[in-house]
Amino acid sequence: MDGDRQLEWLRREGRIVIVGASLAGLRAAETLREEGFAGSLTLIGDEPYEPYDRPPLSKQVLLGKAAADRTALPRRRDPDAQWRLGVAATGLDMAARRVQLADGDEVAYDRLLIATGVRPRPWPNQSEAELDGVFVLRTRDEAARLHSRLAQGPRRVLVIGAGFTGSEIASACRERGIAVTVAERAAAPLVGALGGVIGDVAAQMQREQGVDLRCGVMVTSLEGDSAGRVRSAHLSDGAAVEADIVVVSLGATRNTEWLARSGLGAGPRGIACDAGCRAFDIRGIVTDDVFVAGDVARSPHPLFGYQFLSLEHWGNAVSQAEIAAHNMVSAGADRRPHMWVPAFWSSQFGVNIKSVGVPSMGEEILISQGALAERRFTGVYGYQGRVIGAVTFDNARWLPFYQRQIESTAPFPPPFPTLDMRSDGQRPLPADFPDPSVPTHGPTVTLGGYSPADRRMVFTPGR
Amino acid sequence: MRLVVDLNRCQGYAQCAFLAHDVFTMHGDEALLYNPQADAGQREQLRRAAAACPVQAILVEGLDETAGAHPAHGEEASRGR
Ligand SMILES: Cc1cc2nc3c(=O)[nH]c(=O)nc-3n(C[C@H](O)[C@H](O)[C@H](O)COP(=O)(O)OP(=O)(O)OC[C@H]3O[C@@H](n4cnc5c(N)ncnc54)[C@H](O)[C@@H]3O)c2cc1C
Ligand code: SF4
Repeated sequence: MDGDRQLEWLRREGRIVIVGASLAGLRAAETLREEGFAGSLTLIGDEPYEPYDRPPLSKQVLLGKAAADRTALPRRRDPDAQWRLGVAATGLDMAARRVQLADGDEVAYDRLLIATGVRPRPWPNQSEAELDGVFVLRTRDEAARLHSRLAQGPRRVLVIGAGFTGSEIASACRERGIAVTVAERAAAPLVGALGGVIGDVAAQMQREQGVDLRCGVMVTSLEGDSAGRVRSAHLSDGAAVEADIVVVSLGATRNTEWLARSGLGAGPRGIACDAGCRAFDIRGIVTDDVFVAGDVARSPHPLFGYQFLSLEHWGNAVSQAEIAAHNMVSAGADRRPHMWVPAFWSSQFGVNIKSVGVPSMGEEILISQGALAERRFTGVYGYQGRVIGAVTFDNARWLPFYQRQIESTAPFPPPFPTLDMRSDGQRPLPADFPDPSVPTHGPTVTLGGYSPADRRMVFTPGR
Repeated sequence: MRLVVDLNRCQGYAQCAFLAHDVFTMHGDEALLYNPQADAGQREQLRRAAAACPVQAILVEGLDETAGAHPAHGEEASRGR
């Protein structure tokens, strides 16, 4: 069959399989139907639930303002799909175009979309991780359990890791009047994502709200009582913290193990794909029938030096899913690149934090509006003389402007005076990101290529 | 009725909280909290809030009883880019 006829056949009666039935998977399925795909569509998800929204889990749900089991995502349209929920994909045979499932079944495809996302990095000591009262937070079930424990009035909660999720959990605890200790290996909360200048603001904010914030320390062990309930934690500085709930919030790992023997270019840092969401195989050759989207994907971005970006952002999952779905059923020339400008939000301690671009690439930061001390400001990040990212604390309406600056690679520091510029903003400061060779819980953006440690091929030079 | 707000797009104008205060509330000066599943009795309020959002950040399913699964609004993220 020539390409056009084959594509027409695919659109009419082909089989598309999506693995990962969450935000990216659902939006891709809807887009396929919007694009006129009339063939069979199967969504495979290891969670027993239809797609739900995760951001409210660490915010509304922990505050008791929404129930965890009522966060199902609204549909844009009926995806008219076969749902295989509660069963994990366990393998992929790319040659035979089949996905293997945990229940022994196999599902054949003509095009496959992988949207398996990430999962929390667990507490490294397994027996400690299994103590009653030790939590991670990614799923609806985990949020429901954590919420019900918080409702029982714990004496103290310990949050390990002050990234966005950890900080949001600490914020919810304080709002509910629960004593909370946060332990962070880096010098301040949020430094991995936003750097030390903003990290200091986040630290002050936490302390003002009564968080017992310990930075520059690691939790070395957790201790339980005779009934197997967590009771205390030991820190690297010799201190101990008594807590009856511990939330481990140490960043995430990509869900790619099921692809280990598939020959796909998939590893702990995600699945590499081209700008059109087509996955690379392990030899670095782009596939034409396997696509990726969402938190599990890594793709090159022209605005950021074609580095492979891996984003754990809601908006990216939606946008990449739409592009992947479109490209799955389109011919070469009609395919579109995924050129989403990274953007995310968080809300904690009553402050609306938003960011665009890739702050973690920034070398310098300029406070262009407002003042750090007021917790109401805009920070602009510069990289090699251009604007690379921006963050706002309760100043979100300025972000679209900075997004355009990033898209047009505007010079940094910005040559224009800005409204509401205070003394903070007279000159750029070093953005103060931690040494990348010292991993913290990690930012929600990962830059760079494969880690050589992921080595899965043997290089045999010709003689 | 299920709903989601694209908070990347939301500018915190609080228009929705004004029109459907049982579903949307402001948290601090700028952050929006909402209940992702509203009751049928809130349909009219929700319809008005979704329509009034100046950046069309609110996606609601089942606003239109007859059509069931067709959202009233909401381009959500970056359609058409
Ligand atoms: C608590 C929390 C708060 C957040 N807050 C924000 C926020 O404020 N702002 C923001 O921008 N982003 C936020 N995020 C991130 C956002 O939720 C993610 O970017 C988004 O969910 C990514 O969607 P996804 O579909 O790519 O992956 P996921 O939502 O992770 O979905 C992947 C799905 O695939 C399933 N799966 C994995 N392996 C398999 C397998 N082998 N077989 C079958 N199924 C499998 C998983 O169980 C999961 O259901 C938050 C995330 C969490 C957890
Ligand atoms: S009306 Fe729209 S922009 Fe305003 S707070 Fe509500 S969702 Fe946000």
